[in-house]
Amino acid sequence: MKQRLKSLFRLEDGGVLLSVLSLIIAIIISGIIMAIAGHNPFTAFRAIAIGAFGSQRAIANTFTQATPLIFTGLAFVFARKAFVINLGVEGQMYMGALGAALVGLMDLGLPAFIHLPLAILGGILFGALYAGFAGFLKVRFGSNEVVATVMLNSIALLFIGYLTNGPLLAAGSAAAQTERVLETALLPRILPPNQLTYAIFFAILACIFMKWFTDRTTIGYEIRAVGLNKKAAETAGISTGKVIFITLCISGAIAGFAGASQVLGVDRRLIMGFSPGFGFAGIAVSALAANNLLGVIPAGIVFGAMRAGSMELARTTSIPAEFSDIIQAMVVLLVASPLLVREILKVNQVAKKGGRKLWKLSSKTSSPS
Amino acid sequence: MTPINAVEMRGMVKDYPLVRAVDNVDFTVEQGEIHSLLGENGAGKSTLMNILYGMTRPDSGEIYLAGQPVQIRRPADSIALGVGMVHQHFMLTPVMTVTENVIIGNEPTRGIFTDYKKANAEVQELIDKYGFHISAKATVESLSVGQQQRVEILKALYRKANVLILDEPTAVLTPQEVKELFVVMRELKAAGKSIILITHKLRETIEVADRVSVLRGGKMVTSGVFAKDCDASQLALMMVGRRVDLYSTRRSQVVGETALEVSNLNLSRRGVPILKNLSLHVKKGEIFGIAGIEGNGQTELIEVLTGLTKPDSVTLKKDGEPLTGKPADFLSNGVGHIPEDRLTRGLVVPMSIEDNVILGYHKRPAFSRRGLRRTKAIRTYAADKVKEFDVRTPNAKNLCSSLSGGNQQKVVIARVFSQNPDVLIAAQPTRGVDVSAQEFIYSKLLDLRDMGKAIILISADLDEVRRLSDRVSVIYDGQIVAESKADVWDEMEIGLYMTGSKQAGEETSE
Ligand SMILES: Nc1ncnc2c1ncn2[C@@H]1O[C@H](COP(=O)(O)OP(=O)(O)OP(=O)(O)O)[C@@H](O)[C@H]1O
Ligand SMILES: [Mg+2]
Repeated sequence: MKQRLKSLFRLEDGGVLLSVLSLIIAIIISGIIMAIAGHNPFTAFRAIAIGAFGSQRAIANTFTQATPLIFTGLAFVFARKAFVINLGVEGQMYMGALGAALVGLMDLGLPAFIHLPLAILGGILFGALYAGFAGFLKVRFGSNEVVATVMLNSIALLFIGYLTNGPLLAAGSAAAQTERVLETALLPRILPPNQLTYAIFFAILACIFMKWFTDRTTIGYEIRAVGLNKKAAETAGISTGKVIFITLCISGAIAGFAGASQVLGVDRRLIMGFSPGFGFAGIAVSALAANNLLGVIPAGIVFGAMRAGSMELARTTSIPAEFSDIIQAMVVLLVASPLLVREILKVNQVAKKGGRKLWKLSSKTSSPS
Repeated sequence: MTPINAVEMRGMVKDYPLVRAVDNVDFTVEQGEIHSLLGENGAGKSTLMNILYGMTRPDSGEIYLAGQPVQIRRPADSIALGVGMVHQHFMLTPVMTVTENVIIGNEPTRGIFTDYKKANAEVQELIDKYGFHISAKATVESLSVGQQQRVEILKALYRKANVLILDEPTAVLTPQEVKELFVVMRELKAAGKSIILITHKLRETIEVADRVSVLRGGKMVTSGVFAKDCDASQLALMMVGRRVDLYSTRRSQVVGETALEVSNLNLSRRGVPILKNLSLHVKKGEIFGIAGIEGNGQTELIEVLTGLTKPDSVTLKKDGEPLTGKPADFLSNGVGHIPEDRLTRGLVVPMSIEDNVILGYHKRPAFSRRGLRRTKAIRTYAADKVKEFDVRTPNAKNLCSSLSGGNQQKVVIARVFSQNPDVLIAAQPTRGVDVSAQEFIYSKLLDLRDMGKAIILISADLDEVRRLSDRVSVIYDGQIVAESKADVWDEMEIGLYMTGSKQAGEETSE
């Protein structure tokens, strides 16, 4: 146990320590950039902190933002387990939103405890099918999933744009959006009128469930084997194509849940372009989570806090909210390059103690013996 | 002329969680000698050499090169100090060319660009100088394992290594290739370079090494004895601490019906025929050995026999019934497989020993119920197997990547033997395992055969094929070119068949 704890904190790819350090370094660097740009970084960080955690409302905002990010981060990390790069989370989320909206708009006279789960299921199903299509293309025709999913993103966005401007456009609406979904299909809000819904718990539970799923089920085991050594998995009789297909479907289902939670909880209708890039932000979350299924939870909350905080930043200071984006981009950059972080830290260490020794060694090696 | 010590390691210690891999070791290599480092699987040989190469940091100890104390923190340091290492497991980039792999980190430049023309010329010159018979422009993935190893050696030579560490270089080579390697090694020695050779083949140590050191359980138990004063049994005794019967074998008593029959096997890749109308069969209670130089179709043959590759044509019958389908169907039909390369096909190295020891059998009721893993059952099973097959590890929950090479191989062996296959496709079953583990695997193979199972043994190790097989054959250029009962051919004769210098027809009628 102790050993495991220790290895968690080693400065290696996928370690918690690396993520935490990257976060800290990212904040410092963004602070420096802000200072150079002539803004007071402390004012900015204070505003962000207040906006993210300063009040009950702020905390609720943080979790509202975190909800879709945890879902999309999870979708990405899970696909990675089978070494599938699912860049189509955004599109799958849109399709999931559509599925949830279609069911949510249907007046079937159902009570909420049936209608709501059905609507969520609709979202999950649409997301899964859409990702499954990319999986089918990959497995059947050997197309690259990265290209396929990215293409499908554009198609999904255009398709939703068409629907919300045409067939599904709410009567008399100026904006491209559908009617409100029925009351019975709404995700209840925790602190009304704040937009935070119970979907946050589903998001967290989804991470825990997927962790259990990959560790304890036989298919989860196959997914890990395929992700870590496809050839050995194939040799062991595992149908790698099937595993990749299933993985993409599940990843898409999670993305679809994200879409459903936005439609049924936050927006209460399907709006064209409702996502400010939650799907892609999921990649950033996965990086900070170090591709760890449970790590997605804190990572999603951190990014949610930055989003919530940046609104406060824009509201109460003259500092552009984009600085929050800089921090987020920095985090991704640093987590994605653990070597860089290690070097930054090493320079420190060397300066402290080993500097002389290293110098001696390098001068010796360069002279011919 | 007093010999200078090219390498001197003093008081080296390296701890891993729960194991002390290297325990207060002193190790000395003289300038211009070939020094063989022996030891059981997990004795700490690779770890000690990784320390010297800067891949692993010791917990304590000092290193002197040519009498000078040095600090080696990373491979770049040791390379700069003239130490080169060819690893037990290659570290090449498959999609890049030989030249690119060799020059990486030391690229000759013209302006800011790599001067590939010059690089290719330099590398090709080295290749020709040592008679390596590969093209500098070939991609590494197109090379056989033996050829890939030469690329590794080239890498060290290109960096002007003075001390060359070879970690089990012969494990993957054919007898001819081994001979060629020894010629190269002697040449390097004559040029004043020092070579540290890790091997499990004691014959090689005696043949090529000047001195021998032996590690056991992380401690140096014998250091620097002269190789010419030792014989194989003595060396085995030093390594294992008890006598090992090095030559025992037994032939099949009862040969039953045909278990697996292959005929009309044709396979071509990109229009090049690889397997040409190949036929073979193996009977119950028989080991059918296939010797041959790597790259004569063995890999493809194994892939066909295990369902991994669909050939252009084949008739495959097990117990008289047609056998078709995917790898999973072959496995469930009782065809077991020891893959020739444990790292690519044999193991999922970043997973635990527990996970690996059931790989391929993970859906059996013993390990899986209603889609859920039976974690406890798997744990007990894995712990049993680790004990039974003497996998040296403190815990079966550890990752396979923490195991020494030979112990990784034991995990593969444990997996397939424990599932009691009817037909076993055993490719290089003892690659990289120590003498005692080799004896253990041999006796397991013979036991399996005596239980009436059929075994096809494909190995580049001629001794192994001759010792175990009830029927010996040679594969050359995609065909079985010769076949004979055990103990008929001598080494020379098989060698002639293997190189295609002699064909079966030359003796009998044609
Ligand atoms: N990264 C690691 N983590 C934990 N234990 C390790 C690690 N690397 C090696 N060990 C342990 O250290 C010991 C020595 O391993 P080493 O690889 O040096 O053995 P070896 O003598 O090279 O064996 P072989 O002949 O099988 O290659 C083994 O018990 C092994 O399990
Ligand atoms: Mg080793």
